[in-house]
Amino acid sequence: MKIGSKLIVCILLLALAGSASLLAAPTKVSFWHIGVAANDRAFYENLKAAYEKAHPDVTIEITVLENEAFKAKLATLMQSGTPPDIFQSWGGGTLTEYAQAGLLRDISRFTKDTAWGKSMAPGVWNVYQSGGKQYGSPHDMGAITFWYNKDLLAKVGYKSFPTDWDDFLALVKKLKAAGITPIALGGRDKWPAMHMWSYFALRVGGSEAFESLFSGKGKGFNDPAFVKAGQMLVELAALKPFQDGFLGATFDDESALVGNGQAAMELMGQWAPNNQVDKSIGKKGLGDKLAAAPFPAIKGGKGKVTDVIGGGNGYAVGKNASDAAVDFLRFFNSVENNAAWATSNGAIPTVKGAESGIKDANARLVKAIVDKCTFFQLYLDQFLSPAAGGAVNDAVQAMLAGSQTPAQACAAMQKAYEESK
Amino acid sequence: MSKRNAIRGGPGRASFLTLFVLLAPALIIFIAMVLVPVVEAAAFSLYKWNGLGPMTNFRGLRNFQALFSDEVVGKAISHNVLIAIFSLVVQLPMAMGLALIVSDEKFKGAVFFRTFFFLPYVLSEVITGALWQFIYQPQFGLVKLLWSTLLPGAQAPALLGDTKTVFWAILAVIVWKYFGLHMTIYVAGLQDIPKEQIEAATIDGASRKRIFASIILPGMRIPIQLSVFFSVIGSFQIFDVVWAMGRGDPVNAAETIVTYLYKMGLQRFNIGYGGAIAVFIFLLCLFFNLFYQKVLVREES
Repeated sequence: MKIGSKLIVCILLLALAGSASLLAAPTKVSFWHIGVAANDRAFYENLKAAYEKAHPDVTIEITVLENEAFKAKLATLMQSGTPPDIFQSWGGGTLTEYAQAGLLRDISRFTKDTAWGKSMAPGVWNVYQSGGKQYGSPHDMGAITFWYNKDLLAKVGYKSFPTDWDDFLALVKKLKAAGITPIALGGRDKWPAMHMWSYFALRVGGSEAFESLFSGKGKGFNDPAFVKAGQMLVELAALKPFQDGFLGATFDDESALVGNGQAAMELMGQWAPNNQVDKSIGKKGLGDKLAAAPFPAIKGGKGKVTDVIGGGNGYAVGKNASDAAVDFLRFFNSVENNAAWATSNGAIPTVKGAESGIKDANARLVKAIVDKCTFFQLYLDQFLSPAAGGAVNDAVQAMLAGSQTPAQACAAMQKAYEESK
Repeated sequence: MSKRNAIRGGPGRASFLTLFVLLAPALIIFIAMVLVPVVEAAAFSLYKWNGLGPMTNFRGLRNFQALFSDEVVGKAISHNVLIAIFSLVVQLPMAMGLALIVSDEKFKGAVFFRTFFFLPYVLSEVITGALWQFIYQPQFGLVKLLWSTLLPGAQAPALLGDTKTVFWAILAVIVWKYFGLHMTIYVAGLQDIPKEQIEAATIDGASRKRIFASIILPGMRIPIQLSVFFSVIGSFQIFDVVWAMGRGDPVNAAETIVTYLYKMGLQRFNIGYGGAIAVFIFLLCLFFNLFYQKVLVREES
């Protein structure tokens, strides 16, 4: 009897403890971002605090990872079928693969014809859709542009950035002659070089080249426009415009070179200034000396100087995300928070009315380029599936190293692209 | 039966239970962490699969066909073979030489140098990679500094950014990192060689060369077999150091078979192809192991 009653008391206590913890258990939202820079970390910490204060029953669990580490870790999580609730995503082909495998939550009912949905342009939402369903939301949408050091260009007599490719090549030669590294390039990470090649392709072949590639009707990557783009990249590389050992350098090395004033420019997205500050000595960056300019026009090319390669940042919603997680994402996308994000990060906000948050002249420049664009192509390596995108990056590196001719490299891209379908 | 078992000292009925209880934990972990993944990888290798959702696209042996016609696989294997050769020809003799030096009782700094040479092995692979990246860094690294001091005005090489040098630069780090382990194995082996034998030989007037060839080397058979085995298997499994120092690039110039497996399988979601590479590595290591056990180890005993 004694043992029996003790047991009952124990079970009752356990049950009590269990139900108590159930009642008090907050809804947990796992949130993964890649803002490793100090200002980004602080922004998200504040965001978390603000949301938790308004919703005491919700706990936001933040995981911060550096870009490459994030991609590696996310891949493992995805394969195990347990995505985080809210995580960094560039949309496009990778998002589609996840969506098709049922790893993402369809949030269409939160965005379709709602105030949240109307707060951003349909084209911007579109990047985070697959099969007509919404799987995430953007908060920043910009363009790949040249980011250049005005002082270093002035040293060789350039008051503004060249708008024509021949003039650009003349600038590169003058910078070389003056002992200045013209272009910083993180060739080891591959994608920075891929952006350069794809801009050549866009200027040479125009939007038609890309549309025909994705339709699968033409010659694909074997189209003369893509091969010609490779030839132009190889010709540029022959001038040795990049820093020594650029094939072994990372994107962070690239940022440091421009941020320290050791290289005159880089071709990079809207996040470039922020990363330059973070990676430069003394975390100062170039400040007023930095400016952005579109990729120059190429004579005889079909593309317009207003055709843009770009993309942005956003968050995808994992399949196990609760309504609270979606609500947190909506909170992040409020006009105030999107504007505050733009101010803190220098990003180009996507929410209407958040432009007021742009305090940086360069961000305004990028926004003007995006607003005026005649064609918008999402980064090729993100737009394609991981297998095809990875092969495109490989092939561009092989061209730069001289291991493959442009024709061979394009054939390799096409082969991987066909196999990935 | 029971009599024979008793004579051979084999397990009786009761001791089977003991065996089972004692082995179970290790066996369960081995099955879950080794056998099951091996079988799984073999199953993956027959499909085209991105790792997400169910496997539906059966490809038979076409992943293996692709593997044998893939230039990068050939390149990667040749790098693994080179690493193995350098380990055997450069690293192990170096480790043996150093082991002889730091085992000499008359050498006062022996203990210090034993620890000192072992230090690189203690560092984690990723830290080693990060450290050597700084040393090789072409804008401000140690190599650049040495170069500009010795050859003022000359362009320092960007060792990790050049397809011709990146493999050798990483190979140097591999030798640097692992020789300490082999040296330690040899130091332990040397302690087992009876000093009386060496003393007697010395008194008989044997030269140091002769002592090494006739007493030390035969006495070190087991440690040498062990370190050769570790070297070769390690050379085929090498990943972390190479990955940390540039992911086997530029243009696969330092690719090893495991970095390629990781790229294809885990970065590009080409799990089927990655599985085929994994099966290939597994078979390679298995055959080496069987061959080594049968031909070299058994023969001698």
